[in-house]
Amino acid sequence: MIRLPLVLLFSAALFSIGVYGVLARRNAVMVLMAIELMLNAVNVNLVGFSQLWRDLAGQVFALFVIAVAAAEVGIGLAIVLLIYRNRETIDLSEVSLLKW
Amino acid sequence: MRVELAPIAPELLLVGAGIAVLLGGVLARRADPLAHLAVSLAGVAGAAAASVMLWSREGATALAGAVAVDRFGVVARLVLLGVAALALLLAHHTLARDGELRPEVPALILFATAGMTLLAVSADLVTTFVALEVLSLSLYVLTGSSRRLVSLEGAMKYFLLGAFSTAFFLYGVAMAYGATGTTSLGGIAHALAGRTETPALALVAMALLAVGFGFKVSAAPFHMWTPDAYQGAPTAVTAFMSAGTKVAAFAALLRVLDVALQPLGWDWGPVVAGLAAVSVVVGSVLAIAQTDVKRMLAYSSVAHAGFVLIGATAPGAPGIDAALFYLLAYALMIVGAFGVVSLVSQGERGTSLEDHAGLYRRSPVLAGLFALFLLSLAGIPPTAGFIAKVSVFRAAVEAGHWWLALVGVLASVVAAFAYIRLMVLMYMREPVGHREPDPSPVPRLVLAIPAAGTLLLGVLPGLVTDVLGKAAVLRW
Repeated sequence: MIRLPLVLLFSAALFSIGVYGVLARRNAVMVLMAIELMLNAVNVNLVGFSQLWRDLAGQVFALFVIAVAAAEVGIGLAIVLLIYRNRETIDLSEVSLLKW
Repeated sequence: MRVELAPIAPELLLVGAGIAVLLGGVLARRADPLAHLAVSLAGVAGAAAASVMLWSREGATALAGAVAVDRFGVVARLVLLGVAALALLLAHHTLARDGELRPEVPALILFATAGMTLLAVSADLVTTFVALEVLSLSLYVLTGSSRRLVSLEGAMKYFLLGAFSTAFFLYGVAMAYGATGTTSLGGIAHALAGRTETPALALVAMALLAVGFGFKVSAAPFHMWTPDAYQGAPTAVTAFMSAGTKVAAFAALLRVLDVALQPLGWDWGPVVAGLAAVSVVVGSVLAIAQTDVKRMLAYSSVAHAGFVLIGATAPGAPGIDAALFYLLAYALMIVGAFGVVSLVSQGERGTSLEDHAGLYRRSPVLAGLFALFLLSLAGIPPTAGFIAKVSVFRAAVEAGHWWLALVGVLASVVAAFAYIRLMVLMYMREPVGHREPDPSPVPRLVLAIPAAGTLLLGVLPGLVTDVLGKAAVLRW
């Protein structure tokens, strides 16, 4: 059995890498993947806590998160694809008609 | 086990109508869009009737603790359904005019409304999360629905920042679960009450939930997506999401603060007060700097999120009462304001301040309606906005946050400049260019509804205070 502090540290590291990716990457698909990392950090946390409390609700919640994350990626990729067809680029710093 | 479906009947009716519209769009390709509109409005009306039926059955929670059955939920749902009905009518007209009307649009508005109403009654963080996603995913698609580049760019920014904020919200939920071993709002409150020292995990959870909700209600400094999404989306969709998202997210936020985190009141009080102060100042000041009316209204909505938060700093029933009245008034005036913009502009053109110059000469009715909504947004009597501002300030002062009320008053003075400048442009300048506003009478009649509401609440606020007072108690 893995000890809880290790699980929490791992999840916090994963979440932080995700936040860094969202803030630093300029490629829309990479940003999407970074968001996925953050959501999976949440899943690790939920499963870890579910073990701590001997309660299945956390694991069920993780399943909800997985399902919704899939829907989210579907919509995100659709939007990125439409932008690519219009502009031939998915670089976020080049997609900037809207300012201030 | 017998499952009671009555507490979520409004959501079931909305989703059912949405699926019917989608299937109709696929099976009967040449169907009149009016038929889609009729089915959607029937769904909204049915949902409203189903919500009203819940007024007398105030209980605790239903569906294994997933949704709350209380009068707060009934009132919030009715406000949201009213917004949805107005938005459906406006979207039908303006999108048909711009050649962008597809059956997906009313269907997505219905799905988003179902998410919003579910969010307003969620009594468990799992329900909150699912409802939040149903509403957000529908709105991402609606924002990009016109397929113009500006619209797509708004959708992408809204999507990336929305998904980012969802991750923070979820991390907060996981922390709350870790601290208490439950995700139900009542359970969390129960676990946190009576402890002499607050677990660190609960404080982390509180901070992360504040970030997540801050994004959704577009409180500064989490407002960056708001102007882009509001400007990029088709204007009728902007009217819908500016009013609906705010009402629904604030209803959920009030439930989280006043039920689940109620034992931590001393800890979240300063956080909410800080967010409120930053929002009113940032929103009001940046509203002045805008040259586009939709962006100006977007920054004004950031400021209004701050005003609702000022009301929410007062714990318990007085704060909920004030915030609920503010949300009702805000929903009326922002739907009206964006509704006028959707008639003056066409597609993405005609939304700048210049395009509204001399509006009075071209259409006195639209100019008059817009002036009324702007006065209400500025908080000038005799409009709903004035009474709403007075009530949140009073709640804050009674809770001892007089400095917050002071910041709010100063910020409203600053924001009034932006609104009055636009009114001066409309009434005292000659029209520029040859763009004529939409001449059709039906949308003007639709906009008369929020206009009448704005005036009526401003002159006779007593009409709703009784109902709102009864609705200001959260059950769990």
